Amino acid sequence: MNLEFEKPILELEGKIAELRNMSSGGGAVNIAEEIGRMTNKADKLLQQTYSKLTPAQKVQVARHPERPHFLDYVKEIITDFTPLAGDRNFSEDYALLGGLGRFKGRSVVVMGHEKGFDTETRLKHNFGMTRPEGYRKAQRLMNMASQFQIPVITLVDTAGAYPGKGAEERGQSEAIAKSIETCLRTDVPIVSVIIGEGGSGGAIAIAVADRVYMLEHSIYSVISPEGCASILWRSAAHAEEAATALKITAQDLYQLKLVDGIIGEPIGGAHRHKKETITNVSNQIEKALNDLTPWDPSTLLQSRRKKFLAYSRNF
Amino acid sequence: MNWLTNFIRPKIRSLVEPKEVPDNLWQKCPKCDGMLFSRDLAENLNVCNHCNHHLRLTVKERLPIMFDGGKYTRLELPDVASDPLKFKDRKKYADRIREARNETGLKDALTVAKGTIGGQNAIVAAFNFSYMGGSMGSGVGEGIIMAAEEAVRTKSALIIIPASGGARMQEGMLSLIQMPRTIIAVEMVKEARLPYIVILVDPTTGGVSASFAMVGDIHIAEPGATIGFAGRRVIEETVREKLPDDFQTAEYLREKGMVDLVVARKDQHETLARILNILMNKNAGSGNGKKSGGGNPRANGRANSMVSAPAAKGAKAASAQRQVRAARATLKKLGLPAGKKKATKRRA
Ligand SMILES: [Zn+2]
Repeated sequence: MNLEFEKPILELEGKIAELRNMSSGGGAVNIAEEIGRMTNKADKLLQQTYSKLTPAQKVQVARHPERPHFLDYVKEIITDFTPLAGDRNFSEDYALLGGLGRFKGRSVVVMGHEKGFDTETRLKHNFGMTRPEGYRKAQRLMNMASQFQIPVITLVDTAGAYPGKGAEERGQSEAIAKSIETCLRTDVPIVSVIIGEGGSGGAIAIAVADRVYMLEHSIYSVISPEGCASILWRSAAHAEEAATALKITAQDLYQLKLVDGIIGEPIGGAHRHKKETITNVSNQIEKALNDLTPWDPSTLLQSRRKKFLAYSRNF
Repeated sequence: MNWLTNFIRPKIRSLVEPKEVPDNLWQKCPKCDGMLFSRDLAENLNVCNHCNHHLRLTVKERLPIMFDGGKYTRLELPDVASDPLKFKDRKKYADRIREARNETGLKDALTVAKGTIGGQNAIVAAFNFSYMGGSMGSGVGEGIIMAAEEAVRTKSALIIIPASGGARMQEGMLSLIQMPRTIIAVEMVKEARLPYIVILVDPTTGGVSASFAMVGDIHIAEPGATIGFAGRRVIEETVREKLPDDFQTAEYLREKGMVDLVVARKDQHETLARILNILMNKNAGSGNGKKSGGGNPRANGRANSMVSAPAAKGAKAASAQRQVRAARATLKKLGLPAGKKKATKRRA
């Protein structure tokens, strides 16, 4: 997928590729020079563009389909991953995955939204839009983490909880509320990372944690900019203004002291550098877990509460 | 309906408006189009006397209904930074706040009051829907935390009455963060083993329904109230199908297992009084409670007049008879004895 604001960069990259093709036949020196010049230019342009992304552009980057997803992270940083399915009441929900595994040697429960990679898997994972069963599975896994006293890692990447008929009938509100409540009762360290889109209640349901981090170009918002614009501006065309006004970027939210840190993305964004991004996230999680270990269960719960109670009092 | 005219109405009047309700003012019921005279409506707690539709109440109208003797003390909401994001859409958020305050005379979309219900200490935190759609931002969140802390301090039950479209968008993430904050609040009440009861009134949606409103010990809903997470239109656009008329109503949620009781406005005090007494006054002895719909001895004798209306009783009995007939028919079809005469005597 091509982002509109990346067009000049992509054009340059296209030309470079063309030149490379031409030069692969017989190495004319001036072509190699031209390639070098253009590569420099493209790098500079990329750096310039990505160092001053507007909030609306960040929304596009955060939603980029080639950004690393939950399953990419699991593959890279979790060993012995053992997916666990189902809420034991109704069904499995592929929009929110989770299970047991090891993170740098230590046992963990890991869970997160999965949006899918292509049409087929996107449908299977319902575009990362979780139904009540997903949030009830999350509760089950958090309770299991408590039971065995192993830390929880959650990776957030959803446009929001699924607005469906069945989801409402089976208590979407209750499932999200109880998931938040369960986060607050889980007496082991919880570390959350917003890796892409942190969409409203569906995101915070698994992000009430001891440490909450955001990737550099991720977003976290009470409502989508489009939704906000169509309500407050009476037109979705004002989504750009809404994206700015809502303060949804990692930088804004760090400044507002609503997240604990920003995890850097390589120049050009996570969708260009999957592996490095995942490594950065992994390093931050490790730091946080080291920080939170060992823990006293009741002290941990109290300080998590305090942390959230302090939020509206910071101004 | 003596207590209504002699007791509640003057109370409401004295609180809501200094002026008399003119006899000739009327409006149409939004549900059945029936003609509703303002005087009748006020006497009937803003419930349509044709179709039982519960029209919205302001908090000032609602609070006297909740407490014993209509008596309560309001608690001042804590101060918060009112516009931390300096939010501006077509209008400045700061201006919207000013207007809402001027229009409602209220500091924010929540009012917290203390008093007794059925003789038991109770804190009521009620949303003001007329204040920016009852939306929840830092002010409301802090109010709920204060209400919970006050409940714990005074060993009171906490009753929250949400009437809210959801989060206060103009506060961005600070509004989303009220979901865990309000759940922390009610956790404190639960840990103190005090009752936390939610009365869901029209409407309770979005981030409010997906937080403290759905983790009550008991969920009571007002008839016909809209309760849900996503808006009806959003769902229809997503699933591309027409939703049933009663989708997301109080009654629908009770059928789906999300709500314990759907209770008419006029019966809410009595129901709360009874529940709070069972939960908080555990050894009252047999003489204290009534056989059914009893209420409590300290409620100024109002309880007597608060049993359900005869009409509703009749309807209930008729529906029970229908069910018995249907069950007999089924048994007959299956070739099983249908037990014509009542086999067991119902205990009175
Ligand atoms: Zn009517």
